[in-house]
Amino acid sequence: MAATTTEKKQIRIATRNCGFIDPESLDDYIAVRGYEALAKALTMTPAEVVELVKASGLRGRGGGGFPTGVKWGIALANAADQKYIVCNADEGDPGAFMDRAVLEGDPHSVVEAMAIGGYAIGATIGTVYIRAEYPLAIKRLRKAIEDARAYGLLGKNIFGSGFDFDIELKYGAGAFVCGEETALIKSMEGQRGEPVTKPPFPAQSGYWQKPTIVNNVETFANIPAIIVNGAGWFAGIGTATSKGTKVFALAGKIQNVGLIEVPMGITLREVIFEIGGGCPDGKAFKAVQTGGPSGGALSYKDLDVAIDYESLIARKSMMGSGGMVVMDEDDCMVSIAKFFLDFTMDETCGKCTPCRIGSKRLYEILDKITKGKGTPADLVRLKSLCENIKDTALCGLGQTMPNPILSTMDTFGNEYAAHVKDKKCPAHVCTAMLTYTIDPAKCTGCTLCTKVCPVECISGTKKQPHTIDATKCIKCGACYDKCKFDSIIKQ
Amino acid sequence: MSTIKTLDELKAKRQEILARKAAGNGKTVINVSLATCSIAAGGKAALEAMQDEVAKNGLSGVEFMQSGCMTYCYAEPTVEITLPGKAPVVFGGVDETRARELVTEYVMKGEPVEGIIPVNYERVVL
Ligand SMILES: Cc1cc2nc3c(=O)[nH]c(=O)nc-3n(C[C@H](O)[C@H](O)[C@H](O)COP(=O)(O)O)c2cc1C
Ligand code: SF4
Ligand code: SF4
Ligand code: SF4
Ligand code: FES
Repeated sequence: MAATTTEKKQIRIATRNCGFIDPESLDDYIAVRGYEALAKALTMTPAEVVELVKASGLRGRGGGGFPTGVKWGIALANAADQKYIVCNADEGDPGAFMDRAVLEGDPHSVVEAMAIGGYAIGATIGTVYIRAEYPLAIKRLRKAIEDARAYGLLGKNIFGSGFDFDIELKYGAGAFVCGEETALIKSMEGQRGEPVTKPPFPAQSGYWQKPTIVNNVETFANIPAIIVNGAGWFAGIGTATSKGTKVFALAGKIQNVGLIEVPMGITLREVIFEIGGGCPDGKAFKAVQTGGPSGGALSYKDLDVAIDYESLIARKSMMGSGGMVVMDEDDCMVSIAKFFLDFTMDETCGKCTPCRIGSKRLYEILDKITKGKGTPADLVRLKSLCENIKDTALCGLGQTMPNPILSTMDTFGNEYAAHVKDKKCPAHVCTAMLTYTIDPAKCTGCTLCTKVCPVECISGTKKQPHTIDATKCIKCGACYDKCKFDSIIKQ
Repeated sequence: MSTIKTLDELKAKRQEILARKAAGNGKTVINVSLATCSIAAGGKAALEAMQDEVAKNGLSGVEFMQSGCMTYCYAEPTVEITLPGKAPVVFGGVDETRARELVTEYVMKGEPVEGIIPVNYERVVL
């Protein structure tokens, strides 16, 4: 594993230029050997470029992990009068911002890679589908495209090779489902962003029914480095099935929030404790959600797992686009599952029943459980509904929507059981199941809590232990936060 | 702007750009991260404070640069300073006070200033 070739945990390939060059200066990009990969690719045949990308082992960074070279090969083999190459810059996962960072920090690497991809598959038009909420990324990308045109690096007869290629931008309104490639293509055609069944895959019949390759921003950002440094160099980093690096956006209960780029095969422990600095305030690490709302939670038991596409899937999660949300002992896994489901429920396009209605029903069951009204039978229903939706939804959104539930039920089954059997939330998050009491041994009778209680259910005389009337308490926690003597017990 | 038609022309252009940059050696380069999150955290204010401090002290030989994400969300705003002949150093949490201090202490006297973020990655340079 290449991770051992360096004592530094991170290797920056896709983000190699972010923070080091002025993203608005084409000269800055040329200074770091920008557009040399394009020049080199144009001296090869398209099939040779495809073979090189195949040999590198690069897989799609947008979620699915499909081998990029193989995908390009399919489009190359499909003859057509027009083909398209599309950059997926929709980035809808909550907590993910790596594509934005690449576009804002190094837009030319994406422009250059799209031209290389266009040449490899025989496309003369490239489109960046980018969400309108990314104004700075859009601004820098537009400038990059204009400057590249002015230097003749886009347009007609690039590097005198006879290859013509240009890039246009299309703006998305920021719906999560529009990141799914068939929905994205529909949206580009001016229709509702609803997925359609595959096959045919876009590489066979995509934008205006022409062969279309959709690739993620980070996938593209790797391409120039692969062309310049060679397939062998890239394939030398990572694991047997997953080559190169992955950019993750570390978020949640982690000391060092931010972007990291690590070699595939690094362990979660290294990422969370050595790079991320662990959970803040000395709290214990509990779980990490990878793969965004479509992924699953990995627990402390998985800390020594080497991260790659297969190992994450084996643990009911996935690589996804790289959001990593860390949770500590104060997080309730049922509430976390409910949080992600709330997101997918809002974002379902509504085309198919299991996803549209199933998400609502899943949410209702989770809501019932977090309110202390769940029963063991609900857990059985929850699980079977999850499995049904997975099997019957049309697109990836519906098919993966149950993942956070299934993975948390799997690893934190005891927490679900505590909610439905003991009516307790072990992490003390689900308000309905909490009780607040006062420890008479610790209470000094300072009366502070009585002043903050909004329903005046705390009584007692000065300098004497106080008591809470549980029948009136609305569990707001104000007293708990206020007491200086730790005498209020939250259970 | 003249167009670039061959790999050799691209390489010549690169040499020309590198030579131009090398001629600027001996200058201090102050690189401010201005990605969306850094701007939101006050990156522009840090830049302006440093520009003002440089002007106030009549410093020549200081060049400002704006780049994208330096990947340290938790320490935004971040600023990288390269003193002539020295390795670049990234400072985090650069509020206006620290921004001015960076100019008067680190740039002018080479004195250490708090908030240095150690390099924790290896970067692929093509
Ligand atoms: C609901 C849903 C949302 C998606 N959102 C994105 C996205 O925001 N960005 C992205 O690159 N891929 C997204 N994908 C994956 C794309 O469908 C597609 O697989 C990807 O863009 C292909 O590029 P790659 O092979 O380079 O990863 C999403 C998929 C699904 C099912
Ligand atoms: S699974 Fe959900 S998002 Fe996908 S097509 Fe069906 S309703 Fe739409
Ligand atoms: S604030 Fe704490 S110590 Fe004071 S009266 Fe209330 S419970 Fe007792
Ligand atoms: S939790 Fe709120 S309502 Fe209950 S006793 Fe404390 S302050 Fe009063
Ligand atoms: S996006 Fe936060 S540091 Fe770059």
